[in-house]
Amino acid sequence: MSFLEYAPAPESRGILSLRDEYGLFIDGEFVDGRGAPFQTISPANEQRIATVANADARDVDDAVSAARRAYDHVWSRMSGRDRGKYLFRIARLVQERARELAVAESLDNGKPIKESRDVDVPLVAAWFFYYAGWADKLDYAGLGQNPRALGVAAQVIPWNFPLLMLAWKIAPALAAGNTVVLKPAETTPLTALIFAEIVQQADLPKGVVNIITGAGDTGAALVGHDGVDKVAFTGSTAVGRQIAKTIAGSSKKLTLELGGKAANIVFDDAPIDQAIEGIVNGIFFNQGHVCCAGSRLLVQESIHDEVVDRLKARLSTLRLGDPLDKNTDIGAINSREQLDRIRELSDAGVAEGAERWSAPCEIPSNGFWYAPTIFTNVQTSHRIAREEIFGPVLSVLTFRTPQEAIAKANNTPYGLSAGIWTDKGSRILAVADGLKAGVVWANTFNRFDPSSPFGGYKESGYGREGGRHGLGAYLAPAGLGRGAAGTPAAIAAEVAGGTIEPATQPEASTQPEASAQPEASAQPEAASQTKQATRAARTRKPTTKGTAK
Amino acid sequence: MTGTSLVTAHERALAVLGGEPDDATLRRYLHGIAGVDAVGLEQRAAALGTRSIKTASKAWALDKIISLIDLTTLEGADTPGKVRSLAGKAVTPDPADASTPRVAAVCVYGDLVATAVDALGAAHGDPDDGRVAVAAVATAFPSGRASLDVKLADTADAVAAGADEIDMVIDRGAFLAGRYSLVFDQIAAVKEVCRRADGTSASLKVILETGELVTYDNVRRASWLSILAGGDFIKTSTGKVSSAATLPVTLLMLEVVRDWHRATGQRIGVKPAGGIRTSKDAIKYLVTVAETAGEEWLQPHLFRFGASSLLNDVLLQRQKMRSGHYSGADYVTID
Repeated sequence: MSFLEYAPAPESRGILSLRDEYGLFIDGEFVDGRGAPFQTISPANEQRIATVANADARDVDDAVSAARRAYDHVWSRMSGRDRGKYLFRIARLVQERARELAVAESLDNGKPIKESRDVDVPLVAAWFFYYAGWADKLDYAGLGQNPRALGVAAQVIPWNFPLLMLAWKIAPALAAGNTVVLKPAETTPLTALIFAEIVQQADLPKGVVNIITGAGDTGAALVGHDGVDKVAFTGSTAVGRQIAKTIAGSSKKLTLELGGKAANIVFDDAPIDQAIEGIVNGIFFNQGHVCCAGSRLLVQESIHDEVVDRLKARLSTLRLGDPLDKNTDIGAINSREQLDRIRELSDAGVAEGAERWSAPCEIPSNGFWYAPTIFTNVQTSHRIAREEIFGPVLSVLTFRTPQEAIAKANNTPYGLSAGIWTDKGSRILAVADGLKAGVVWANTFNRFDPSSPFGGYKESGYGREGGRHGLGAYLAPAGLGRGAAGTPAAIAAEVAGGTIEPATQPEASTQPEASAQPEASAQPEAASQTKQATRAARTRKPTTKGTAK
Repeated sequence: MTGTSLVTAHERALAVLGGEPDDATLRRYLHGIAGVDAVGLEQRAAALGTRSIKTASKAWALDKIISLIDLTTLEGADTPGKVRSLAGKAVTPDPADASTPRVAAVCVYGDLVATAVDALGAAHGDPDDGRVAVAAVATAFPSGRASLDVKLADTADAVAAGADEIDMVIDRGAFLAGRYSLVFDQIAAVKEVCRRADGTSASLKVILETGELVTYDNVRRASWLSILAGGDFIKTSTGKVSSAATLPVTLLMLEVVRDWHRATGQRIGVKPAGGIRTSKDAIKYLVTVAETAGEEWLQPHLFRFGASSLLNDVLLQRQKMRSGHYSGADYVTID
């Protein structure tokens, strides 16, 4: 026998105690949805996992109302320290139920259990722990003393990291004092619904977290709802653009984390074995269903052939198959729709003259699968070099000089992430400086940490998630109450690391506190005055602290 | 380039380096090899360590580990009695189960080679034939701090006494001082002394002592240098320095032999030694070998474990797989 045909080592599904049907989680309870329920399936074998409720406009209304009540009567009045306690409790429960969450995630999403177990779920816990610590320290978030929560946050998340994206959204929102209505993607609602059970287990006040399931129309109803103060969306650029249009002219504050077409730049002095691993991790991690995936490999022409040869040899050792097998490296594509898109773009690549190579691996007969694929001889004009494939497909391009590498890397409407591989420290800094990307990894790729802000340039979105900057997306400076979210660009630039928040109409007097600074409500002066107010607050800070002591 | 005995180290180096193996040429070559990113290397090793080897794969792996062990005793207190006991254990690792494979070799100090050969008797021979080889540490092991003449005499002595394999140490001081040609020349000279009168040659394992080289870049350069100079095996450690074999270091050395094979078609062995005590750890090494250099490296002429306590843990695991329950330390023999 061949040792490399490792005997099956499946993670047991026995740890799951799934319900057959899931309702909407509104006001602390599971309730029926008014829309037609839908099924969530395992993409690895197309078998049904559970039936899930579908929220229509009335359900959305119920959820937003519940969140509003919870905000007005409980959550906004609670001390940061107490909010932190709840978040710590949630973090610990995530750790306690880690194995269960990992199995559910791999089952519903198709990602390998080693990734859900070693990456997704530990990061989820880390995100809650991190923001739990912030809950009573908001004075230090960079918005001056006593920054205010925004109110009710509408959050719509994608299917590629279902539970992790939930954590990225919910943890900072709750820490900052907002209440939330979250809609998971229709193909991956399972872990969000288990998370709803964790919310119950943590005894979180009812209505602080509401989770509603459904498809695009549910999401549209949620972000368009009048009772929402903040919209946070992660997903495709097309939908993000739609959302921006929907809420333009309203008082809602918006953050968008959208697509990407990241360049992974490999110089000829790169640590070659680690660069190969980084390329593989960059594009084949999570089947390439990663918005910051290193889908464009920019390799210095002098080492192109060697890199491609090594890459092919390495890809031949990847193991595609059952997501629940602990030795699986490449799981299932999340949906037939996504598989069709990957196929369409790959075929376009061939038609445009690029050379396709796929790793030799057996494709299971049921479910949605795509073998790890490399395209060489790709030109910058090809669709596969420009459009986000969101699958295990790597386009290899070459460059001659650092200047050309930077120019090619930036030649995209996106700007979410990039990678640099070189042994030369000064080159890392110089190239990173020239890259228009929100995240630049040096000699590594796809590493995430709750303390590190994440977000995009250009069509990759605006706003930052993670770190102190991520809190800023859920806070307004003191005196700017709910609805008065016309955050001046200057503050936004400071808070969101250079990102410009869309200016929205301030709507004074919805909160009693707003009357303390009535001038803040007047446009267009509001911007500069807010800035002054914030500066004043900052200047006062040390004195105030001194007095308090 | 197949049989090493047909090509001298000098010829091999000339072919690869394109010049005489002097300090300047070696430096240009070794420093031209791509660097190692420590974080990335350790991440990759950790990822390989998460492979889950169960049931049939585990049973195969346990037997394979036994057949790759250099059962070692390297103490000042070693006696003929101790070596005879070790040889007995090497031939019959588990007296309760005759299906247990023999280990690849026993590894002893040079003065005890004759005792080991004698104790193994008819079982002494090539591990490929199910026999047990005798390996001797030489060249002023473990420090290597002696003149070349002493090192060569040490080696010649062990070969004459019947050693099939010589585990030499490199001069780490010379390597760290940048005197690569001195290290090269010493390895090449020891390799010459490994030749026997009948034209055959003892296999040469070159110990880098990675715990003293400290950086991964050094380990990679020392690996290339040792192979260029004629080593048949590159070995991590003496076991006498606190940082001995680690998975990242072994992964790095496996990458070197994989690249050497790609460049020359010749296969070089790798031997992690020191600190591998459990079956679980040893299985991680098998996975790393198979997924880096390839499965064909999992044979005694291309991969070894330098270990002493590992064997008993593997035997206990093996018994557990067969009986379904754990026994205890008294159900395996002390050597």
